[in-house]
Amino acid sequence: MQLILERRLSRPRHVEFLFPLIALGLALIFSGILLWIFGANPFETYAAMATGAFGQRYHISETLLRAIPLMLTGLAVGIAFRMLFWNIGAEGQFVWGIIAATWVALFLPELIGGMPQWTFLPAMIVAAFVAGAIWGLIPAFLKTALGVNEIITTLMFNYVALLWMQYLYTGSWKDPEGFGFPGSAQFPEHAWLPRLPIDLGRVHYGLVIAVLAAFLLWLVLDRTKWGLEIKVIGKNPLAARYAGMSIARNVLLVMFVSGGIAGLAGFSQVAGVAHRLQNGIAVGDGFTAIIVAWLAKLNPWAILLVSLLLAGLSTGGDQLQITMGLPAAVAGVLQGSILFFVLGADVFINYRLRVIRTQPRPAANPAPASGGPTPAD
Amino acid sequence: MELALLISILTVTIQAGASLVFAAVGEIYTERAGVLNLGLEGILIMGAVSAFAVGFHTESLLLGTLAAVVVGGALASIHAFLSVTLRADQVVSGLALTLFGIGLSSFLGQRLGPEGAPLVGLVGPKFSKMTIPALGQIPLLGQALFNQDLLVYLMYLTVPVSAFLLYRTRIGLNVRAVGEDPDTADAMGISVTRTRYMATIGGGMLMGLGGAHLSLAYTPGWTENLTGGRGWIAIALVIFATWDPARALLGALIFGGVNAMQFRLQAAGGGVIPAAMLAMMPYLLTVVVLTLITVYENVSRRLGAPAALGLPYMRGER
Repeated sequence: MQLILERRLSRPRHVEFLFPLIALGLALIFSGILLWIFGANPFETYAAMATGAFGQRYHISETLLRAIPLMLTGLAVGIAFRMLFWNIGAEGQFVWGIIAATWVALFLPELIGGMPQWTFLPAMIVAAFVAGAIWGLIPAFLKTALGVNEIITTLMFNYVALLWMQYLYTGSWKDPEGFGFPGSAQFPEHAWLPRLPIDLGRVHYGLVIAVLAAFLLWLVLDRTKWGLEIKVIGKNPLAARYAGMSIARNVLLVMFVSGGIAGLAGFSQVAGVAHRLQNGIAVGDGFTAIIVAWLAKLNPWAILLVSLLLAGLSTGGDQLQITMGLPAAVAGVLQGSILFFVLGADVFINYRLRVIRTQPRPAANPAPASGGPTPAD
Repeated sequence: MELALLISILTVTIQAGASLVFAAVGEIYTERAGVLNLGLEGILIMGAVSAFAVGFHTESLLLGTLAAVVVGGALASIHAFLSVTLRADQVVSGLALTLFGIGLSSFLGQRLGPEGAPLVGLVGPKFSKMTIPALGQIPLLGQALFNQDLLVYLMYLTVPVSAFLLYRTRIGLNVRAVGEDPDTADAMGISVTRTRYMATIGGGMLMGLGGAHLSLAYTPGWTENLTGGRGWIAIALVIFATWDPARALLGALIFGGVNAMQFRLQAAGGGVIPAAMLAMMPYLLTVVVLTLITVYENVSRRLGAPAALGLPYMRGER
């Protein structure tokens, strides 16, 4: 008997929706077993996480706040993945957004002899977008001009950016009045991204930027010729080339947008939450973004939803520490296993498992026995 | 410079480089077979936590080290199952493994102490330095090279053995064939699936060993985020070393040296080159090396960049 995977000729609609849900359930069971083995009650843990994420108004607002950078970086990664450009570097582009926004808020006014207060936020947005975009364009250029593998370059550039930021807030940008605390001076208040005018705790206008970005991306990807080009290149680069589309130009354009949006995420975190350059702003959202984009099947609206889910896991995880004395890292275990199972389930959307009964092989052609020498040796 | 200082810098460099060598050689085997395992950081940290936890409770260095190897192999087998059998995207699967490993290690680190207490701050068994008679007395190099712990000596062995295995044996030939041109390998009767599984799981075991060196020798004990991104450095190292175990050793010593220097610079309070700039070097160098081997593709062929890296294999489908 043999198990083989066979490509599905048609993709039934119910399979596409059902399988990810089954995967989610299996991931919960798998992590539950892990929790149980190591002495934590999985039901209580999940209940505490759910309450911690969505239980009260405060929790909901914290989850929303947590979701903003995931939404933006998720969108950034999503558009690049659409045309099979593996931008693993959203974290670095995010960091450059933080650095550029900080530079505008703290150092640019002095350099050009003062700026009207209302220009701060727009200037920070532009700077963050451009900085992120440039950091994204370098690997894109290396890829299109020289064919250098972007998975590795974008990945490596994350660490260069992170170390650069660390150098700035512990070194030349360190607040001289900060009592030796590693971090820049606080931004002036007109450089703070305001909170939403509704009663939602610390949730700031970054949420609006994220929703707007999702809308624009959806519009561009689904309703314009350029969006179609990106889709074609992602599905079949060879056909795209025959149709006269320039892959190189599109890769550069897409990475400009992708890096830029990741830069905006950095802007919204530093201007909306931290209000200064310091440790703990870049906590790996650019990596989580890859999971977000993948789970959302690169659909901009779905990216917003999945960000909320993962943000919920994260805030719920933080609450575990307080309510059950369990490490917040449980969230990472859950995120990882959800991804494992969704990845596994994806295969069964495209393929189906078939059981084939095989006849025993004729003795003249023995199956290579494990251990024993084969004639080839 | 004083001789004693030079010896101590060399000794620390080797200490810092050992886990990188294990991890990088593990990744080299995996990638040579055509599988990109970005879960390295997760495996490394899980290796570290399991080595320390088991070592602490059994008071046996051997069992602790074995635990890390087994856990490394087990985690790698998840990646192998997803990327080889199910043909899932290797980048995403690897990142999931890293995320999972970091989360689980942190969770375990807070649960696996005596009676569910955290492991942090506990003192367990550790590999102590053993001077090799005669060799350890050779001035400078001998004093640095042969005054190390057992796992470092194991690392010295790992490099030539894995190079031999890769270039001089049937197994190595199969691994390289499967990573280079799975179609042809398959046609020649090499099982692509089995070879990739073996390379990925074997590689994972080596990565686990690297984790064990961290928590049982280099910085004995457990702290959260103990690996501190070493897994990513090791991935950089594989490219820097152009998929060759011997060059990985050389690279690990350079990267380990940079790491060791960084601490000294920080201790000395800055210096001419800021520590952060120095720490960037491995990553920047990797991008430079990758660019060079891509541009000079004929060189890259000779250097052994696996052509089918990251591509799933399905018989009769291209």
